Amino acid sequence: MKRESFYQRHEGLILGGGGVLCVLAVWQYAWQQQWVTPLFFAGPAEIAKQFWHLMTEGSLPADILFSGQNFVVGLSAATLAGVVFGVLIGWYRKIRLIFDPLLNALYATPRIAMVPLIILWVGTDWKSKAFIVFMSSFFPILVNTVAGIRSLDPDLLRAARAFCASDWQIFKTVAIPGSVPFILTGIRQGVALGLIGVVVGEMFGGSQGVGFLVAYGGQTFQVDTAFVGVIIIAIAGMLLTFLTDRLERRFSRWRPER
Amino acid sequence: MNGSIKLHIDRVSKRYWFEREAREIPALVDISLSVAEGEFVAVVGPSGCGKTSLMNIVAGLLSYDDGTVSIDGKKVTGPGVDRAVVFQHSSLLPWRTIAGNIRYGMEMQRRFDAATMRERTDHFVKLVGLSGFETHYPSELSGGMQQRVNLARALASDPVVLLMDEPFAALDAQTREFMQAELLKIWTQAKKTVLFITHQINEAVYLADRVIVMSARPGRVKGTFDIPFGRPRGLELKRDPRFLKLEDAIWKLIEEEAGNLGMMEPVMNVEVVAPEKFVGE
Repeated sequence: MKRESFYQRHEGLILGGGGVLCVLAVWQYAWQQQWVTPLFFAGPAEIAKQFWHLMTEGSLPADILFSGQNFVVGLSAATLAGVVFGVLIGWYRKIRLIFDPLLNALYATPRIAMVPLIILWVGTDWKSKAFIVFMSSFFPILVNTVAGIRSLDPDLLRAARAFCASDWQIFKTVAIPGSVPFILTGIRQGVALGLIGVVVGEMFGGSQGVGFLVAYGGQTFQVDTAFVGVIIIAIAGMLLTFLTDRLERRFSRWRPER
Repeated sequence: MNGSIKLHIDRVSKRYWFEREAREIPALVDISLSVAEGEFVAVVGPSGCGKTSLMNIVAGLLSYDDGTVSIDGKKVTGPGVDRAVVFQHSSLLPWRTIAGNIRYGMEMQRRFDAATMRERTDHFVKLVGLSGFETHYPSELSGGMQQRVNLARALASDPVVLLMDEPFAALDAQTREFMQAELLKIWTQAKKTVLFITHQINEAVYLADRVIVMSARPGRVKGTFDIPFGRPRGLELKRDPRFLKLEDAIWKLIEEEAGNLGMMEPVMNVEVVAPEKFVGE
């Protein structure tokens, strides 16, 4: 086979990057032509300048660190609790029957509705922000883990039993590896919801973080500052999606190539 | 068959509770059969004759209501290291390599130390002809190769009785024929006592020393046929007139029962009439 050309090898990157550049160009042009009032809008160049300003002279590094820490703490706790609890609920029928109605009610409630209450209970410092992230990402991880355990291949369980496997052995060799794809799907959803949680949490009370930056920028008509926050969140989202993709690939070497 | 009895099934019955009709329905009635050391016994019967229930009972995965199942004189009360099952669906762990899957049975049974397990894994990888595939994953193998792994996994755990539950039913016709011949070769080397369950008369006659015919609904032993052919057996045996005659006799027994029932469901008819021998004969 002929060696692929430069374009063929980087087709995704070239087309995707081209798309982004086009949007940026139109955006910048619209801004310069003043099609919208500058009071409510900012151009890409403006935003980049403001980003640099906030980065070097403002509080942006501290904001990113604050939000990042809360996100990591909340998501880690949610992953740990979601997987452990999910395995128990999926594996033991009685535990499932006890918790099913409670969890269904909580799962159906938008967790954002709980934010004012969480602030009342935990306060407005980093703990309440991390807790909001936890609440946001715990349920998708839990629900997917339960689904993973419950959809284990009965043939595999039967084979394990026939070879005299103990419950613990079945758990280690069948249940956990079999539900890894589900757990990772849960984490992927948890990451997305946790990101919403971290931003929304900071919009209610507190005076730090990227979410606060967006809220503050919007309220004080510093449109460029708000945009800086939004773009940082967008980039964080892309980065995290990329990382979970890598994680998923790492754990699915055994899957048939598609 | 003058060796000692390894597997003994003595007047075993199994009933299922049918909620809809609020009564028990017999699935197996008074099943008795025994398999001597080194013997290859096949159980053949139409679908619905309780073959799979019988297999699960012997494997210790299903309880039974009357009678006894014993291995080497010891009553079966659950799964045990004295039996290993080759399943219809290969039921290999998709996240384990071929070598890892062959180890799996031994690992669960905790009967061998690590060095012995490694040795036995190597040995059975070779025996089933999968050298070079040790580090592959099941999804990279064809159906026939997966069933070789399934067989190797069961053999590696060194059972007293090897149970085979329609292991080739899901394979295409050509692969199935080839795997039957391959199984006989492996069996000759591994010298195992085998209980083989199938719905294909042709497969049962080709493989077994003795064929036990079961009737459907409820499952009973309908007849036993000693298979007189010597070993090794080549696939050409299947075209031998004596082979065809035996096959026909077994078929008549099953057919007779279908006639007795008078009204076999069309689905069942198709499945029973289908053995390849009638095609093009």
